[in-house]
Amino acid sequence: MSSPIVSIRDVRRDYALGAERVHALQGVTLDVERGDYVAIVGPSGCGKSTLLNLIGVIDHPTSGTVEIGGKRVDAMSDREATSFRLRNIGFVFQRFYLMPILSALENVALPMAEAKVGRQERQERSAKLLAYVGLGNRERHRPSELSGGEQQRVAIARALANGPSLLLADEPTGELDARTGAEIISLFQRLNADGTTIVVVTHDEDLASAARRKVHMRDGKVVDA
Amino acid sequence: MRAALAQASLIRHRSRTLLAVLGVAVAAAMLLDMVMLATGMRESFRELLLSRGFELRLAPRGTLPFDTDATMPGVGAITAILRTNPDIREISPVMGGSIHVRVGNRDVSGSVLGIDPAVQGDYQLLSGRDPTTADAIVVNDYLLGRLGARAGDTISVATGYDPQTRTYSGQRRLVITGRVKFIYGATEQSSSAMRRETLESMSDVSKRDRASLFMVKVRKGADAERVRDWIDAQLPNVTAISIATAIAQVDARLSYFRQLSLILGAVSLFVGFLLVTTLVTVSVNERAGEIAVMRAIGVSKAHVIQQIVIEGVAISLAGAVLGLGLGLVTARYLNAILSAFPGLPMAIDFFLFQPRAAWSALGLLIASGIGAGVYPAWRAASLPIAESLRREAIA
Repeated sequence: MSSPIVSIRDVRRDYALGAERVHALQGVTLDVERGDYVAIVGPSGCGKSTLLNLIGVIDHPTSGTVEIGGKRVDAMSDREATSFRLRNIGFVFQRFYLMPILSALENVALPMAEAKVGRQERQERSAKLLAYVGLGNRERHRPSELSGGEQQRVAIARALANGPSLLLADEPTGELDARTGAEIISLFQRLNADGTTIVVVTHDEDLASAARRKVHMRDGKVVDA
Repeated sequence: MRAALAQASLIRHRSRTLLAVLGVAVAAAMLLDMVMLATGMRESFRELLLSRGFELRLAPRGTLPFDTDATMPGVGAITAILRTNPDIREISPVMGGSIHVRVGNRDVSGSVLGIDPAVQGDYQLLSGRDPTTADAIVVNDYLLGRLGARAGDTISVATGYDPQTRTYSGQRRLVITGRVKFIYGATEQSSSAMRRETLESMSDVSKRDRASLFMVKVRKGADAERVRDWIDAQLPNVTAISIATAIAQVDARLSYFRQLSLILGAVSLFVGFLLVTTLVTVSVNERAGEIAVMRAIGVSKAHVIQQIVIEGVAISLAGAVLGLGLGLVTARYLNAILSAFPGLPMAIDFFLFQPRAAWSALGLLIASGIGAGVYPAWRAASLPIAESLRREAIA
């Protein structure tokens, strides 16, 4: 059996909130296999997003270890973590966070430009990714000219820009209506079927049900994996 | 891509960017004017002194040229001594005085220079010819206007007016042979020039064979300072002033102007810096979430900083270019006001445009643009990504 793409061992994450010390994660251990599609669910404030941030290498644990693709990422420097995220992790956010001043194609090309992919190749790959998410005819549109569902699909295409081994999504259907949310769920399923490992944090029952595995969290702990 | 993002970000808030550019332009115009003022008069004076190629001026000991009525006796003897130095190429003795011309029942007075037309360095001939004959005089346009005369007219000129006896030491009919512009002449100053011998012939005996000033050209490649030292040693009653000495004296007299302009220039630069810092900080704070997302998707801290710095520099550059044009227009206007100050040579410019000054102002503004962008950019790029995203989500 191959090693898990995500391996988290006894991770704790504390942070200060005013005078208080918040224990967001209290000894979380979790593995995600390659090609898996995991939904992390639980009530608000249970530590889902904190866990996703640690997997996404945009935060450091207070203690414990995080390995992605067999590489320790919990103590990476800012420079190492940035480079690692660029090439290995795709992020999808609840509010899409597209650059409002760039077209759909330019938004998708942004991580490729950062990874020093040539202009011609960027254009071609971005166009293919937009076609993959069903927006082949919206390349030149700016985010303000797209619907919420379309914006989220552009964000997913952007997350896939550098061919990441892991796609992370934080409440990707949270801002969408049921019909549009269903389109995104369907897109995630297609992505997973095509080999992308996906970890989503969600309150959306439909999205969680579409995943292969649910991880339940409560009070900073995994209660059912 | 970073430049495109910076450009797009500036275009997103067109009005704000435009206002910032205009603000920087005003600061840049002020800065350029102050840089021009700080160095302009000095350079203008230097150019003025060098305009006819005379590197040395000899005045009565302890005085500056035409600062007093003092004169140097023995023009022939001084000239003979000067000619013994092989580094001296040309000598132009000048005698200053005043003339009175009767026009109807009016008395028009003005200044006169007794010169050697072959080597003179005091005026520029506009039309006609030099006063090469004993009955010739050249005048400037202002005096010509006051006399109501034209080139070719004959006028009755008197010199050496004695207010006690109300008499003149000499009177002569002279032909106006040319219109001239006096290089060191002030605005609205009635000036004229004639042969030194003519002026002497109209002066009383005590003023003959005297000069108010000698102007000296040195041989090409010769050291003017060494010649100056030599003259000082040879002629104890004479002060030799080189361009460098004159500039140093002008510098001392104009230090007030320089200090004022430097302080105002620094204030302008600081205002421009604050303006760009404020705009970039506001812009960065608004985009905290956007910046956090860029960092999350793998955009490096350095590239985020570069993008924001480019925004600051772009505002500064656009403002500077606009400001340079504005600065030149305001400098011309201010120069016209200041140049009309009584007693100042017309050729002196307070605001002298020099490419170096423009480059300095541009360089300072771009440096301030970089400085203004670096701190807010570094701060924004250094914020914890997860924390910024969480705050953005709550907001």
